[in-house]
Amino acid sequence: MDEPTSVAYLRWIPLLPLLGAALNGVAGAPLQRRFGKGVVTAIACLPVAAAFLLACRAFNDLLALPAAERLLLDRVWTWIDVGALRVDAAFAIDPLAAVMALVVTGVGGLIHVYSAGYMHDEPSYWRYFALLNLFTAMMLILVLADNLLLLFVGWEGVGLCSYALIGFWYANHDNATAGSKAFIVNRIGDFGFTLGMFLLFWTMSAAGHPTLAFRELGANAHVLADATFLGWGAATVITALMFVGATGKSAQIPLYVWLPDAMAGPTPVSALIHAATMVTAGVYLIARLDFLFVMAPATLAVIAWVGALTALLAATIGTVQTDIKKVLAYSTISQLGYMVLALGVAAPAAAVFHLMTHAFFKACLFLGAGSVIFALHHEQDLRRMGGLRAWMPVTYGTFLVSTLAIAGFPPFSGFFSKDEILWKAFSSEQGGVALWFVGWLAAGLTAFYMFRLVFLAFHGDSRIDAQARRHLAESPASMTVPLVVLAAFAVVAGFVGVPAALGGSNRIEHWLAPAFAATTEHGAHHSAALEYGLMALSVGAGLAGLALAHAMYVTGRVSADLFARFGGGVPYRLATNKYYVDEIYQAVFVAGVLRLSRLGAAFDARVVDAAVNGVAAVVRGVSRANGGFDRIVVDGFVDRVADATLLAGGVLRRLQTGSINLYLYAIVAGVVVVMIAKLL
Amino acid sequence: MIGLTHYLIVSLVVFALGLFCVLTRRNAIGILMGVELILNSANINYLAFARFGSGNYDGQIFAIFVIMLAAAEAVVGLAIVLGIYQTFRTIDVSATETLRG
Amino acid sequence: MQLSDLVFFAIAGLTVLSAAGVAFSRNIVYAAFSLMGTFMGAAGLYVFLAADFVAVVQVLIYVGGILVLMVFAVMLTHRIEDVQISNRTVGLAPALLVVAGIAGIMGYAVLTTAWPVIEPGAAVATTADIGNLFLQEYLLPFEFASVVLLAALIGAVAVSRKELRSE
Repeated sequence: MDEPTSVAYLRWIPLLPLLGAALNGVAGAPLQRRFGKGVVTAIACLPVAAAFLLACRAFNDLLALPAAERLLLDRVWTWIDVGALRVDAAFAIDPLAAVMALVVTGVGGLIHVYSAGYMHDEPSYWRYFALLNLFTAMMLILVLADNLLLLFVGWEGVGLCSYALIGFWYANHDNATAGSKAFIVNRIGDFGFTLGMFLLFWTMSAAGHPTLAFRELGANAHVLADATFLGWGAATVITALMFVGATGKSAQIPLYVWLPDAMAGPTPVSALIHAATMVTAGVYLIARLDFLFVMAPATLAVIAWVGALTALLAATIGTVQTDIKKVLAYSTISQLGYMVLALGVAAPAAAVFHLMTHAFFKACLFLGAGSVIFALHHEQDLRRMGGLRAWMPVTYGTFLVSTLAIAGFPPFSGFFSKDEILWKAFSSEQGGVALWFVGWLAAGLTAFYMFRLVFLAFHGDSRIDAQARRHLAESPASMTVPLVVLAAFAVVAGFVGVPAALGGSNRIEHWLAPAFAATTEHGAHHSAALEYGLMALSVGAGLAGLALAHAMYVTGRVSADLFARFGGGVPYRLATNKYYVDEIYQAVFVAGVLRLSRLGAAFDARVVDAAVNGVAAVVRGVSRANGGFDRIVVDGFVDRVADATLLAGGVLRRLQTGSINLYLYAIVAGVVVVMIAKLL
Repeated sequence: MIGLTHYLIVSLVVFALGLFCVLTRRNAIGILMGVELILNSANINYLAFARFGSGNYDGQIFAIFVIMLAAAEAVVGLAIVLGIYQTFRTIDVSATETLRG
Repeated sequence: MQLSDLVFFAIAGLTVLSAAGVAFSRNIVYAAFSLMGTFMGAAGLYVFLAADFVAVVQVLIYVGGILVLMVFAVMLTHRIEDVQISNRTVGLAPALLVVAGIAGIMGYAVLTTAWPVIEPGAAVATTADIGNLFLQEYLLPFEFASVVLLAALIGAVAVSRKELRSE
């Protein structure tokens, strides 16, 4: 690739939200007090809007360039220049980053506007927006970073903001715990990420290319083909470690446990961070490092199966959830599983396509759920909802559209992206029938539980509490407008990825091709008929799920008890208890670490402290000896001198008899002595 | 012939007696009397030597000074004795042993 | 043996006997009067030594002043009986010993030393010469002597006055 085009405006895309965050963070409270929440909203939303416009401009500039040269670079300054390592604080935008940036700023901007309505009554309004802006800035740094280290800065930053926003209402201990859980589980993933980064730099330096910048890594990655690390292929180890990081951030097995708990945060936060953007960071990372992953087919196989199984597992748990947000959370985990599956079968373009469509419909679903929660004054239990479509038509309409998208019904966006993934799972060299089958099952379950959600919340007789029913109304415009916009995108976004089999040109795959130059097109030999057949099967699965949900929750023809008692009730109990994964983790890892740390503390108290105390005791003994010496010898000497003086005085004072006669004798004696002295 | 030695012997005897008086008397005034005797013996010595030893009057001048000083000392001493008498109601020197160590 | 020698021995004897009386008499009044005898004897000896002015001064001051003062003091404190010669703390014997010793040594010194003796001149009146000497060579001691007497005077008054006032 030739030298990238240098521009100077890319830095403002992350920088503007960062400035908004700083301003709101520092001056938000007094501004809110004096001028009201409108000022805070403006300070928060305008930078994101401006960032979106700049991202559009970058997109435009990229379009103007020929396909092979689509890379804009903005080098801000040299960050690290130590020995062989040279890292710049630089932002680069290529087709992949452009898609991500548009999604982040676009969906993020809509969620900012929605938040203005949803968080209207929140006293810490300014803190919320400061953190939301900070998150946006960090996510943009992550997406636009031109090197792995700067990406990691953004990676950590979004983790931090996620923690802060999940535990936004920190006065409630459970919220704070959920935030900590998210952060800690992410940390485990981050450990893998850093090890992978170190190993990458190490092996690249050993091969003569000490760099962490993506375009240089991409150009020179082939040198790792023969490199080994501890007997394993270097590329395999690095990619495996990077994938560990991705599982943390993107909530895959085994590190997905934080995402359901993260629903403790405000619903717009769930929409932005845990649906559209942060959780997609792992997917983005793997897509970015595609040139490494193609060299590690073993890792890809693992990735594919992890993704598929996560999709299925999360779908099964989602079917028995009663909290509206928890259903959506498990749905997110499941859809992320699809994206990871796509990456595992060497179809990164499909993964990014699904990422984009998922951002639209999942954000819409979450915001819709937020609208319901807002209207019902923070009621989140599905068993206390019902018949809401009569009171909240706009919310219902957008929610239904997004549900159709997620269930994969044509012509909505989800159909195109999910089907692309399933097709690639079936037909790719890395894929296979087994993977496709798991994915297909999960698709059926997705349709089922999503429509279950819709029917329970919006259809049927209202189980809503009478008190809440009195204040029930559609949400304000600041909330419904973003819903409509997102729903519109959920409808049309799919049309950028219409596959060749249906007569489209799959524009998104071509657009993303420069980023995935290493991935070659396999499975082009499969026939279009096979593709149609598979498409029909997945739509059929979706319809089956819809029908079952309808039978169970609308008409009541199929009883839910049937499934609950199936297999002795064991599957139902497992699903309701999330397969006891949290409990297993607690017993094995948490308890184990606690035991280890208690051991360490005991060691510290008994051995280390004993040593220190022992030294102190020795010193005390020495000082006591010293004191004794001082007391007995030195003071003793002084005291003895004093005693001697007193003794002498006691003896000598006997001369003072008071008797004048004696004194006279003494005088005479003296005279005699003098006389004798003179005579001699 | 009466020579220097005779006077010296006389003075010696008076001195010895005065010394004895000082050492043995318990009456304070008695002690002072002894002191006077000693002074007188000294005077005799001075004058004897003035006449037999030098021929000038230095000895006599000195003897006059001695007499004068003896007077002063006797005055003060007797004032003290009277003070002792008033404090102790006696002038027995063995009674004034209150300043013992 | 000339008459003057006999007179000398008589006066010397008087002096010595009076001194013995002072030393050995039990009664303090007797001792005081023996002291007067000693003083007079001494004055006589002074005359023999051609110190006429000094002899007169001796009589005037010693007898007329000091002795009178002593007799005053004796009379004022006479209510207490006089005590024995030997006192409780140190006895007679040590005193005799000391005195004998000293006297012995001094006697030895006196008798064995070869004194540089000159022939005495004729006895002349010394008053005028002494007066001259007081105002020429011995002026300073003379003046100091007056100061000393003043001090003794004031001191005696102060000492005895304090006692009086405290009573």
